[in-house]
Amino acid sequence: MNFKMIGYLTAKIMLIGAAMLVPPLIVSFIYHDGCHIPFLITIAVFLLLSIPGFIKPKKTHMFAKDGLMIVVLAWIVFSAVGALPFYLSREIPSYIDCLFETVSGFTTTGSSILTEVEHISKSLLFWRSFTHWIGGMGVLVFAMAIFSGKDAKTTHIMRAEMPGPTLGKLASKWQFSVRILYGMYAFLTFVEFIMLLFGGMNVFDSLVHSFGTAGTGGFSVKNISIGYYKSPYIQYTIAVFMMLFGINFNIYYLLLVKKFQKVKANSELKTYLTIIVVATVVIMLNIYKIYNGFEMALRQAFFQVASTVTTTGYATANFDLWPQLSRTIIFILMFVGGCAGSTGGGLKVLRVSVLVKSALSAVRKSVSPKRVLTIKNDGRTIDGNEVEGVVTYFVCYVVFMFASLIVLSLDSIDLETALTAVVTTINNIGPGLGKMIGPAGNFHDMSVLSKIVLSIDMLAGRLELYPVLMLFMPEIWKR
Amino acid sequence: MKIIIIGGGKVGRTLVRNLNDEGHDVVLIDIKSAVVDAVGDAYDVMCIEGSGTDITVLEEAGVRTADLIIAVTEKDEHNVLCGIMAKKMGAGRCVARVRNPEYYHQLQFMRDVLDINMIVNPEYLAANEISRILRFPAAMHIETFAKGRIELVEFKIDKDSPMADIPLFKLYSDHKVRILVCAVMRDNEVIIPKGDFILHAGDRIYVTSTHIDIAKFINKMHVDNQRVKSTLIIGGGRISFYLARMLGELGIKVKIIEQDMDKCNKLTDMLPKASIICADGTDRDVLIEEGIDSVDSFVSLTGIDEENIIVSMYAKQNGINKVITKINRLSFMDIVEGMGIDSLVTPKDITADVILGYVRAMDNISKIANNEIRTLYRIVGNNAEAIEFRVYENPDIVGIPLKDLRIKQNVIIAAVAKGNKIVIPSGNTVIDVGDHVIVVTTGHLKHLNEILL
Repeated sequence: MNFKMIGYLTAKIMLIGAAMLVPPLIVSFIYHDGCHIPFLITIAVFLLLSIPGFIKPKKTHMFAKDGLMIVVLAWIVFSAVGALPFYLSREIPSYIDCLFETVSGFTTTGSSILTEVEHISKSLLFWRSFTHWIGGMGVLVFAMAIFSGKDAKTTHIMRAEMPGPTLGKLASKWQFSVRILYGMYAFLTFVEFIMLLFGGMNVFDSLVHSFGTAGTGGFSVKNISIGYYKSPYIQYTIAVFMMLFGINFNIYYLLLVKKFQKVKANSELKTYLTIIVVATVVIMLNIYKIYNGFEMALRQAFFQVASTVTTTGYATANFDLWPQLSRTIIFILMFVGGCAGSTGGGLKVLRVSVLVKSALSAVRKSVSPKRVLTIKNDGRTIDGNEVEGVVTYFVCYVVFMFASLIVLSLDSIDLETALTAVVTTINNIGPGLGKMIGPAGNFHDMSVLSKIVLSIDMLAGRLELYPVLMLFMPEIWKR
Repeated sequence: MKIIIIGGGKVGRTLVRNLNDEGHDVVLIDIKSAVVDAVGDAYDVMCIEGSGTDITVLEEAGVRTADLIIAVTEKDEHNVLCGIMAKKMGAGRCVARVRNPEYYHQLQFMRDVLDINMIVNPEYLAANEISRILRFPAAMHIETFAKGRIELVEFKIDKDSPMADIPLFKLYSDHKVRILVCAVMRDNEVIIPKGDFILHAGDRIYVTSTHIDIAKFINKMHVDNQRVKSTLIIGGGRISFYLARMLGELGIKVKIIEQDMDKCNKLTDMLPKASIICADGTDRDVLIEEGIDSVDSFVSLTGIDEENIIVSMYAKQNGINKVITKINRLSFMDIVEGMGIDSLVTPKDITADVILGYVRAMDNISKIANNEIRTLYRIVGNNAEAIEFRVYENPDIVGIPLKDLRIKQNVIIAAVAKGNKIVIPSGNTVIDVGDHVIVVTTGHLKHLNEILL
């Protein structure tokens, strides 16, 4: 481990942190909500932390583990320091709560400990949602778009931060790829913002909800989330954009360069859309009786499905009160997540389809043991190592979930609440099931230990387990 | 420039590293996912898993907009096919590695007919490098033109050199050497010399000619006081074959020790001038028996690095001055260099260097953007340019003897390649369409026409 180099690069990234706090600071000045002092202090802390980034170490060699380390470290420091504005403004009294809220923001989870969102200052609400936007595409990815990638082996960092089992480079240099990605990301966010404005939402709300959708985060500025806005236009717009942000961004690039054949051939996209359609139809039929009218049922079903499968976590209805079948489908969707290379969390459609396919081929093999089978994706054979990688990931994921569940059980909450709390945080969704943490509830009443564990789960889920799991390996800390 | 490299072996990786460092847009195509992963991890380049002869893969790599394709996979035929396909799909230029000696005599044909801009042969290049070291250790710098057939060599004039203090035209006529001094560096000033120019000790001169004529010139001028007369080569592989042939042409006595009888028979057939010994070249007694103490140069070219090093050290111990060692793996080169071995040669490095040189020259040219210029080197510490022009229809130059052309003061026509024939220009030389003309100038030229006043 080249700790000096890790420190140097992590410190350099802290500059981004300082820059990130400028927009909320401006918001604070616009609304005169008195939160500018906490923001200024936080900026100062970030700048202080970035000082080692100006002294370049002699040995600049880096390997995969160093890259992973930088990612985890940057995310932890960002969350810890990013929580300061909430704490210093005394609007969230407990630091652990602030941390939980910030981690939830950066990891685009959207689980909140706030019981009364509407009482919080505008600039803090803006900051909360802005962390979604930054965290969605990645903090370090953002850093890379700005800094020159010459002094770092950037691939390791990209691999750790970009969601999904495979990594698609758009241009031959990371810096260009990342700029293209962020460009498309910003553009889509802007389009949503404009469309929400047209729907009659005010500027602040449109902006905040666009951030929440783009990062597939889910923080709202209303206690009952998007349910506050009764306009079907707004609900449909947000639902459609959630769905769009759950799609692999490479697809948009392919559309941009007019390679439509490749988009058509993308099997992950097809699976993703099929899952949404099927789940929506089944839930709609199931909840038809509760709502008056076909349109209402369709809208509620579609919104909740899109929100869950992309791991956003917005809600227009309290799906916790839906019939059991619908609840179960929502629960299952929590695991699926968005497409690889999107801002969504969860297992990712690609992994799920590889898992299902490899399970099927195992069954076929048990019938005729000598049969040779390959697993294909997009017409290309996925080699054994890759399949094994996905399976191992899944195993780690399940084990990690169970471990967290055990710790949460100390809290003497019911199994449904504990289980869905873990599932919703590790998959970066937001609300769980049950009275306490359902769409109408929040995580405020959990114990401190549970909040810490769930924060780790959120980070682990966002960074796709390995970087966080690595921290628990003793040998990584030995020189 | 946008460069696509096909094949991520050692040469491929060296190219990826260097070209990426130089700021080019690099895409690597390799059939092995392990290679793709490793290179993708180590360098900031685009890596694509697949075959370089697969249209969809080439398409994905962006072959249509690529300036250069470099095919360096294991198989010659595959490389050539990659090159042809890429060219047909719209790539700017292509370089292919072809190493089979069977193709050696038809490389020119393949270049012309298959439209491959450059064919590199690592073994041939390595042999060329070794022969250069043996031929003129005094040469400080060498560039090649007209696909390697013309060399531009830099020398320093010593105090007692026969070249000093006589006018150049006398030098040419007295010694009957077919060379041309095309640039002189004196007191940090670059001079393009005319026939009445007098060289002084301490000058650095740039000489153009074919490598055979340059070798003859060196021998006549005693530039190198340790002329190599005989050499002992251990190992009878491809490099040995090319090397022995090159040295044979220069009149150097060559002895090759090779263990494999079949190889020995083949070599004897192909190299009538060389003596081929069938024995274990790493055996001390064999070396003594074959006269290791009577040769003045020694080249170890077995397939095993360690044997090469040990044998070279033994040769050095026996008082041989010029010892050249071939090394395939690069990691420990610095250790070996500290062990008293004169010259290390790494075929893969040489290949990569040659391709890199080509890319750099191409890059220089692309900044000028013109199809007349084939090669461009900046020489004499970037103070002069040596440019290879291809001659197109040009009534101002074609068909007129050089003495009747009014050429600029700071320009010299250093050599003319007429197909396979290399002409060192005199006043009566006539330039024809299709010739390649090497011009050295202290100014900048974009078109051949600009050599005229």
